[in-house]
Parts: sequence; structure tokens; C-alpha cells
Amino acid sequence: MRLLLEKRREPSRTMLVLTPVLSVIVIMVLGIIIFDGLGYDGQQAVWELFFTPVLDVYKWRDVASKAAPLILIALGLSLGNQAKIWNIGAEGQYIVGALGAAGIAFATQSMTGFWIIPLMIITGMVCGALYAGIPAVLRTRYGVSEVLSSLMFVYVSLQLLSYLITGPWKDPDGHNFPQTAQLTDAQLLPHELGDSGIPPGLLIALIATILFYVLVARTIFGFSVRAIGEAPHAARYGGFSSNGIVWATLMISGAMAGLAGVLELMQLTRLNLGYPSGYGFTAIIVSLLGRSHPVGVFIAGIVLAITYVGGQVAQTVVHVPNATAGLFQALLLFAILASDLLVRYRVRLSVSSSPAKGTRP
Amino acid sequence: MTITFLIDALVTIIGITTPILLAASGELVVEKSGVINLGVEGMMLVGTIAGFAVTFETGNPWLGILVATLAGAAAATIFAVLVLSLGANQVATGLALTIFGIGLSSLIGSNYVGIAIDPLESPFPDVLATDSFWRVIFGHSPFVYFAIILVLAIGWFINKTRAGLVLRAIGENDLSAHSIGYPVIAIRYAAVAFGGAIAGIAGADFSMVISPLWAEQMTAGRGWIALALVVFAGWRAGRLLAGAYFFGVLMALELYAKASGHAIFPSQFWAAMPYLIAVIVLALISSRDGKDGKAPACLGKPFIPNG
Amino acid sequence: MSVTPRLELIDVSKRFPGVLANDRVSLSVKPGEIHALLGENGAGKSTLVKMIYGIQSPDSGSILWEGQEVRIPHPRAARRLGVGMVFQHFSLFEAMDVLENIALGLDSAVSRKQLDAEIRLVMEKYGLKLDPRRQISTLSVGERQRIEIVRALLLNPRLLIMDEPTSVLTPQEVEDLFKTLRRLASEGCSILYISHKLHEIVELCERATILRGGKVVATCDPRKETARSMGEMMIGSDLREPARGQVSVEGPVRLSVNRLSLPKPDDFGVALDEISFQVKGGEIFGIAGVAGNGQNELLEALCGEHLSDEADTIQVDGSSVGRSGPSDRRKLGLCSVPEERNGHAAIGAFSLSDNAILTARSRMGFETKGFINKTGADGFAANVIKTFAVKTLGPASLAGSLSGGNLQKFVMGREIMQAPGVLVVSQPTWGVDAGSAAFIHQALIDLAAQGSAVVVISQDLDELLRLCDRLSVINLGKLSSPRPVGEVSVQELGLLMGGSHGTPTVDAGGPHAASA
Repeated sequence: MRLLLEKRREPSRTMLVLTPVLSVIVIMVLGIIIFDGLGYDGQQAVWELFFTPVLDVYKWRDVASKAAPLILIALGLSLGNQAKIWNIGAEGQYIVGALGAAGIAFATQSMTGFWIIPLMIITGMVCGALYAGIPAVLRTRYGVSEVLSSLMFVYVSLQLLSYLITGPWKDPDGHNFPQTAQLTDAQLLPHELGDSGIPPGLLIALIATILFYVLVARTIFGFSVRAIGEAPHAARYGGFSSNGIVWATLMISGAMAGLAGVLELMQLTRLNLGYPSGYGFTAIIVSLLGRSHPVGVFIAGIVLAITYVGGQVAQTVVHVPNATAGLFQALLLFAILASDLLVRYRVRLSVSSSPAKGTRP
Repeated sequence: MTITFLIDALVTIIGITTPILLAASGELVVEKSGVINLGVEGMMLVGTIAGFAVTFETGNPWLGILVATLAGAAAATIFAVLVLSLGANQVATGLALTIFGIGLSSLIGSNYVGIAIDPLESPFPDVLATDSFWRVIFGHSPFVYFAIILVLAIGWFINKTRAGLVLRAIGENDLSAHSIGYPVIAIRYAAVAFGGAIAGIAGADFSMVISPLWAEQMTAGRGWIALALVVFAGWRAGRLLAGAYFFGVLMALELYAKASGHAIFPSQFWAAMPYLIAVIVLALISSRDGKDGKAPACLGKPFIPNG
Repeated sequence: MSVTPRLELIDVSKRFPGVLANDRVSLSVKPGEIHALLGENGAGKSTLVKMIYGIQSPDSGSILWEGQEVRIPHPRAARRLGVGMVFQHFSLFEAMDVLENIALGLDSAVSRKQLDAEIRLVMEKYGLKLDPRRQISTLSVGERQRIEIVRALLLNPRLLIMDEPTSVLTPQEVEDLFKTLRRLASEGCSILYISHKLHEIVELCERATILRGGKVVATCDPRKETARSMGEMMIGSDLREPARGQVSVEGPVRLSVNRLSLPKPDDFGVALDEISFQVKGGEIFGIAGVAGNGQNELLEALCGEHLSDEADTIQVDGSSVGRSGPSDRRKLGLCSVPEERNGHAAIGAFSLSDNAILTARSRMGFETKGFINKTGADGFAANVIKTFAVKTLGPASLAGSLSGGNLQKFVMGREIMQAPGVLVVSQPTWGVDAGSAAFIHQALIDLAAQGSAVVVISQDLDELLRLCDRLSVINLGKLSSPRPVGEVSVQELGLLMGGSHGTPTVDAGGPHAASA
């Protein structure tokens, strides 16, 4: 008996939706096995990791505030994914976005006014977009793969952050800690919307999800992005400029990462060395888990946020190391990539012994 | 004084260059077969913890290197299964491998933070290895000699042997190679596993020689420099060797700036330098449009046999 | 039968998901025989020879080699038996030289020097000319085929499979190939010759096995048949092609190309060199030529994928469009269909409706202020499907799920139903079954009759001679001066296609050398 793979005439829509769910379930089972193997209580670890944040009302706020930046960044990235343009430097654009906003904060420290917050947000988005514009120039003018260049600039932005908070922007009253001064009230969004417990970032993420949905599904721009990703040659024949799409997708994803950076800065109220949180990388998982579909991304963002919060819970309750969440996120990504096969192929059990030719080896 | 300084500088440069030279050599073989594995950083990290942990637990550094090699190859095999057998996207899977390597090494490494081991030392007698002058040649860890021999051997293999010809053919035109009858997938598996094994060794170099202790993400992006280096070298072994030492000099400047404290620019500037230079060099190379060597034609593309 | 056949297939079947590619096929090839395997695209010829060469294995049935039943699990095993194969799409490695390419085709390591000597020996014996040190990317298509032949001959094959070998050759190159093949056969090597070109088979082969829908429908002696009778066996019904009476066209010039030059787009491309021609409304203008002489580059320059430096190099109804992109040209009435259907003319992963949006969005009004009018696109796609008899479930079906002929009908329909003033099509019936081909030809004729200017770029001379009013030949990016179809002979066209403004012999370098 052997497994046979049969190519589907059309990719399965059911599998497209089902496989991310399957992946999460597989990872839970795998998690129990791994933790048991490492000498922890596997069942409890997985329970704390995936379910406690959902069942414990007090964790919801944490989940929401972690989900917001993930969703915002991943929405931008999913646009690039569809065009097969890989911005893996969102972490850098997130940092630079926050630096831009912090610069405005620095300059408006003694001022008040309703305009300060919008100015910070816009500056952050522009900085993120411009930072993502560097790989765009390199790709469109010099033919440098955006994969490597966008990543290189993450490391550059980390050094820039380190330089600014240990040097020119260091908090003068901070006992020589490498951190900036705290944002003033005029520079901060409310912690939650009214008494709802919902952080403002999540509302912004929800609005952005709807906007991206319209953009992708209803506009010629969204169409052109998908066309470039599926068949660049055909897209050119259809009258779409591939360089234009490279610019647009990189700058939009940079702006979204910048936006996430500003909102996160407002949550944390200051920049320090712990600011780079890896959201830019985790968002790549979010966008793939969400199948690059805005609604999928929104849900996937919440799932990944749950693993962050659950990782902390599992650390205190089951004493697993804090790297646990990261490992799970990677395994989740492996699972989702592997399960793609089910979208394109039908799996059959065959009792005959003849080799399956004309199918994948 | 100046001679001593120069020798110190050379020893440092050669030492810090070695892991990127190793990782890039392995990746060169992978890319020659038409596969791009962006998970170099992750495979190196798996190598750092495997090498460190085994050396610490057994006291046998050679066993540590062996396990690091196998661990790197095992990590690469996960990538290979996804990409080669399940047809997953190479860029996304490579990234996943990096994230996996960070997570796995951190998970295992959490038990080893703050412990130091004795660094692996020169295989030559002390007379030569610690001599104030001759140490420039004999005073390095075994990794250094291995890396240089390896890159030369890879150059010879790719260009002079029949197996190397087949490897190149698969990277240039997988469908043709398949129709002639070469086992494309099997050869790519071997190349990817080899690249992973070497990346694992590169990681072990970090945790057993360069800083003989373990810290989270201690490779600090060097895996990405190795990937850029392969492009920089135009997929040629000789240029890989030269390019690696060029980056070695840049990385040494950061150490010098940190140590001396009186460099013109802040140390963060020097730390960012290798990445900035890597991007600039990529731009220069890419805009020369293949005059310095071309990427294998099938690089990064999935192999879909048409029948 | 007195002689043991070199190769015998008995009841060989092969099934792919959804199709029975070969249905109990039997055939036998005698030593020294040139045996034709004839059939339309999709009749199962390629699958059958892939099984003989060990690329695929049969689901049932048996293969006998010189009377012995054999299993051929991989090409290496086939070569060990003495089977050589020259592929239709050459399995060559562009970035390597001839020697390396040939070495890759051998199963054992041979030193460069020794191989070089062996190659020269084989080439001398069979009158093939080739420089073993040249890089593949610099060679013409004919030269590339010679590499494949040399590679196969080095193994002293006893059966040589040639898969559609002449589709990329000039008539003169075909003659030389036939000489080589006859010589081989006279030495006892069997040849399995796959083609759908009937006159070639009549000229070359002693026996023919005709496949249709995966089944053997006839075995015959081509020397006793006519091209027409074999064609009817191949297609299974009377050959009917729309004939176009010679009409003299007196419409306004709708497309004017004036000294259009473009640098080559990449290392493997061809530069366009001062191309000029005019096409009037109502006229069908043909461009013949061997593949890879600038056809794709010309199509992309005309449709706007590659822009010209000067606007007036291309004029549509008097408007200069040389600097305008594809969308602007379409608005002015210049539509096009490139050669490659899936991935260029259409996006396989997109629905037919989305593929309608790809090129018809502005002419048919599926775009308002950047938003998509989905209902309009669905309606248009449904209309194309109906009018052009595209076999599919509906506008929501993915383009990639259609057969080649059906997708081609859809793509042609999509452009024709936009009522373009100028239509440029490349290889309109490449790989399309005879019925669909006739349909497409008729649609082009009808479009011209409505006053549009039509440009047909094709490698199929028969198609052009049937369809066009005037004809030019493209060679190395240069276009010969147009001639009315009635005034030009196939021989003459062949010479132009070889680029020979002098000698038609296959000399060292073929078409490329002739440009000097």
C-alpha cells in the first residue's frame, strides 16, 4: 500500500481554508510529544500555550495588544506575498517607523495639541515606507533581490536604534539606561477604547483589514498584484508594470510596519533595547498562515498572539523556556508550508503496487 | 609593535571570517544545484548549540563538531523535504528554517546560558601555534584550515569532476537533466544536506572557538552575510574565498572600534557596516548583469517534471 | 515475419489522471527501418516514446527488444539497450559548452580530449558540422539539434527516436537531416520518426503507425499513400480547412511599422533590426521564420511590452504608439495574442473571467475609477465561451484547467471580440487540434473581412500560405520585404528563412554564420 498524489485540476478551496486549521491542530499534538520528550508536562504545556489565553478573560487584552501589530504588518506583507515580492525586512521598517515617531515625540516634548499623534503616526508610516523603498530601488534599478537586501536593513536598523538610544536620544533622567524619555500624554493614544478593554491598535487593525480586503478583491491594483505574482509575463502583457508593483507592495508593507511600530511605541511609552520584538518576522508567519487573505490574516494574527501570551503563561506555570513560543511559531509555519500540498494535490491510498507515474515522485 | 598589531589583526580577521566562509561554501553547493536555502542562519544556530552542548557534556570537542554537522544536516533535511518533496516555496521555507533554528537553539540552549568551555585550539604544536610570528599561519583553530581546504575542494569538485558537472547541469536546467536521466531530486537532497552540514560546522565554530559559550542568536546575522557572499562571489569558489576575507576585515573593524573606543564613528556604525557594504556590493554585482558570473538558471524555482 | 523486430510493443497502455494517453498500443520496428509515428497533438505519441526511452513506465502491456521482453525503468536503461532519443525540446544547458553538454548525455566519464576526438569522428562520418567548444547560448536551433543527434550517435544506437525533429528547421536543414537519417538507416539503425507533417513522412518513411486518441488507428506504407489519405486517418474525418480566395485589399493602412529597432532583451534574445511593414484594413499579413529569430521580440514590441525609443516607429490608425504601454495601445485598437498561452496570453491560476479583465478591461468597460466591474467581466467571458465554442464549465473555471486548444480559442476570442482595429497573433494554432485550428483560422478571416488589419506570425508555412495575403520572413531580427502570397515559392521562403542571401547549404554555423 502506498500514498498516491494526484494533481487537482483546480486548487481546492476547501483545503485552502482547512489546512491552516489542520496545521494548528497538528502542531498541538506535536507539541505534546516534544514537551513530553523534553521532560515537561506536554499536555499542560500545550493547554497553557493555546487555550489559557482564550479562556482567561484577563489575558484577552494581552492577546489583543499583541495581535494588533502582527495583523497590521502581516496585511502589508500579504500584499507582497501575492505579488511574490518578499519583504522580509518588516522588522527593520517597524523599528524605523518607531524611530520616526520618536523623533517627532522628541521635537514636541513640551507641546500639546491634537495634531501631535496624527503627525507621529504619519511620520512613522512614511519612515517605514521610505525604509522599504531602499530595497525597492535596489531591486528595480540594480536588480538586487529584495529578499536579501530587505533583511540586511533589519540589522542596520538595529544598530541605528542602539546608537540613538545610547547616544543622542538617551533619556537624560534615565540613570544612564539605554532608553529614550517617556512619551508625554499628548503623544499617547488611550490605553483602551472607553472601558471596553480593546486597545486602539486592534480597532485600527480591524479597519485596515477591511480596507485591504476591498483593495485586494475589488480594485484593479489588487488584481495587478495577483497577476504579477502568478504570471509576471502575462501581467506585463496585460499592461501592468512590474516595477510599479514592486514599489507599491514594498512601500505599502513598509508603511504598515511603520504604523505598527508607532502604535507599539505608544503602548510601551518609550524606546529601549528591548523594543525590537520580532513582530516583523512573526508577521511573515501570520501572512502565510492567513493565506495572504485579509480576513485570514486577521484570524492568524490572533492565533499567533495567543501563542505569545500562552508562551508566557506556560513559562510561569510549566516552566518551559521562553523560547517555546518561537519554536511553536516556526513549527506552525513548517506545517502550513507542508500542507500546501493538499491544496494542489489529492492524496489517495493505493493498494496496487504499480508505481505512480505522472504524479509527483 | 606594529608587527604585533598586524599579526593580531590578521589572526582576528581570519578567525571571524571562517564561519561565513564555511557557511557560504556549503550554500554555494546548494545553489549550484538550483536550490536557494535562506535558512543558513537557522542551521548555523542549530550547529552552535549542538556543538556547544555536546562538547560541554562529553568534554570531547570532536564529538561536538560531529553532532553539530549532523544537526545542521538534519535541519537542512526538514527544508529539503518541504521544498523538494512537498513543493513548498523556497523563500518561505528558508525563512521558516531560520525561525525554527532560532527557536530550537534557544529552547535547548536555555540550559547552557552562562557556561563557558575551553576553546578548541590550534592543531599544531605550541612552538608554532603560539610563536609571536608563526601563529599567523599555525595559530588558528582547526576550523580555519578546514574552511580553506573545503572551499578549494568545492571549487575543484564543481569545475573539474563529472559529479560537479552533473550538479551544475541540474542547477542550470533541471528538466533537461531529468530527461537525460539524472535523479534531480536526489541530487538536490544531497546538496541541501551537505550545505546544512557545513552550516552546522560554521555554527560550531561560533560557540566553540570565536566565543566559547552559548548565547541566544549568537550568530547575529552572519548567515545572511554568507548568503550575500555567494551572490557577491558570482557562484565561484575562488571569489568566495576572497570575498569572505573582505567581509572579515569589515567585521574586524567593529571589534576594533568597540575595543579601542576611539574610532571615528560609533561602534554601531561599524557593526552595521558589513550589512550596508553587502547591499552595496550586491547592487554593483547585480547591475553588472552577469559579467561576473551568473546565478544558476533554475535557482529558487520548483522542479516540476512534465511527465 | 522473417526478421526479428528491433522493437516491438504489445498492448501498451498508459493512464494519466483523467486521460487514457495510450490505449493498448502495438507496433513493431524492423532493423534499418524508418518508421513514422503519426498523430495529432495529444494523440499519445510523446507518451509512447517516453515509455520506450524509460522516462515513463507503462501501466500494462509489454515492450520487446530484439525479441526479448524488457523493462525500461529509466533512460539509462534505454541507452544501455541501444535506444537513443532526440527530443523536440532540446535538453541542453545554455550556460555550458557543446562538449560539456555531450558529456552529460553519456553514462560514463570520458576525458574532454577523448570526447572531443570521438565527436569529430562521428560528425565527419555523418556530415554534421559543429564546433565542440562553443557555448550553447550562441548556437542556432539547427545547430542545437545537431548536438542532440551527435550525443545520441556517440552511443552507437540501434534505435534512434526523433521527436518532431523538423518543426524548428528550415526546408534546407530538413533535407540535410533526412540525408543523415537515411545514411543511419542504411547502416542498420532503426529510426522511429515522430511527426504530424505528412509530406515529410511520405518522403522519408517506409512504414507508419497512426495514432488517434491514444489508439493505433492504422498502419500503412506511406510510399503507397498520399498526404491527404494519411491526414484523414490521423484526424478521423475529412480534412476541411477554410480556404481564402485571393482577395486584393484596398483598405486604409491601419498598422504601420517604421524602421523599428530594439536591442535584445536578454542574453538569449534577438535584437530587432529596422523592421518596416504596413498592413491595410481587411488584409492578413504573414510573418514566417524559424523559431528564435525575433518573433517573440517583434510581438512584444508591437503589443507594447517593450517600448520603442521613438513614438512614430509604430502607428495604429495614424496615432504614434511606439512609446505607449499595452493598455494605451489596446485603447487605440491594437490587440495581440502571444505565442505562449499559459503564462503569457493567460494566467493559468486565474478564472476565465479574471483573464478577461487582464486585457479587455478598458475596451469593454470592466474598470471604473480603479474598481473592477466583475459582472461585466463574467458576462463578456461567458459570451466568448459561447461564441468561440470553448469547452469549459463557465467563466469561473481556471484558465489552467482548459486544454491547450480550448484555452487558445478563449484567448483568441477574448481579443477578437474586443473588435480590434489591428490584431497581432503569434502561432495561433500551435499545438491545437485540427478542428480548433480551422475554427481559429475562420475567425481571423472573418475579422479581416470586417475591416481589421491582421498580422499572423507563424512557423507553419502551410498555415501562412493558406491564410495570408502578403508574406515576409523574419530572420535574425530582420524582416524581408513583403511579397504577395501568390508570387512566392516555398523554396524561396526556405532560403529567406535560412537567412541565406547566398548559399543554402548547412555550413558551419548555419543561419548565424550567414549574417556576416
